[in-house]
Amino acid sequence: MKSIDPITAPSTQSNPIRVAIEQAIAENPVILFMKGTPDAPACGFSARTVAALQALDAGFAAVDILPDPRIRQELSALSNWPTIPQLFVDGELVGGCDIVMEMYESGELAETLGVEGSSAQTPAEQLPDEAAASGLQIENRLS
Amino acid sequence: MPTPEEIKLRIETAIPGARAEVEDYTGGGDHFRASVTAEAFAGRSRIEQHRLVYDVFGAEIGGPIHALSLKTAVA
Repeated sequence: MKSIDPITAPSTQSNPIRVAIEQAIAENPVILFMKGTPDAPACGFSARTVAALQALDAGFAAVDILPDPRIRQELSALSNWPTIPQLFVDGELVGGCDIVMEMYESGELAETLGVEGSSAQTPAEQLPDEAAASGLQIENRLS
Repeated sequence: MPTPEEIKLRIETAIPGARAEVEDYTGGGDHFRASVTAEAFAGRSRIEQHRLVYDVFGAEIGGPIHALSLKTAVA
């Protein structure tokens, strides 16, 4: 039986979460790391970011970072960005809620995603407000 | 827990020429909004501009500073 020497073992052995994150970013052209899910966001910033993507009818993958605190840890180490949500397009970090919302309002988000934005898109003021939703206070569901 | 004034001071000290306006938008002492203008932002993407500000606070983001919402612009 061959035993695995941890010093020389491939990195997949020592950091499966990081590898899974890298893979998800590589395999999904638009991917949002968020708190909660698109149907049930657990934080106002995530809710707002999801709403902007949905308002543009853009397809996207979503990863809930809440089930395991290591997800957020590895993600932030990888992206060099401290907050959630994080939107990646074509393997690159586009930004968090603030940047995504600025880009939504300017039309840049639609352009980056390759979708039709339009002057008829839902005004940003009508998307969920991050302060209003922060009353949920269930951001750290560490079980 | 930091106050808006402290946050403003730390940003303006760490980023030369920066002007910051900071408010506590929930009144709870840990959710802040900052509007920062700085010449140092010139030529940088939004991500890079925001990183310059987040780097001032390091591990405090997500901890005592639960949320720091940013708007940045070149001065």
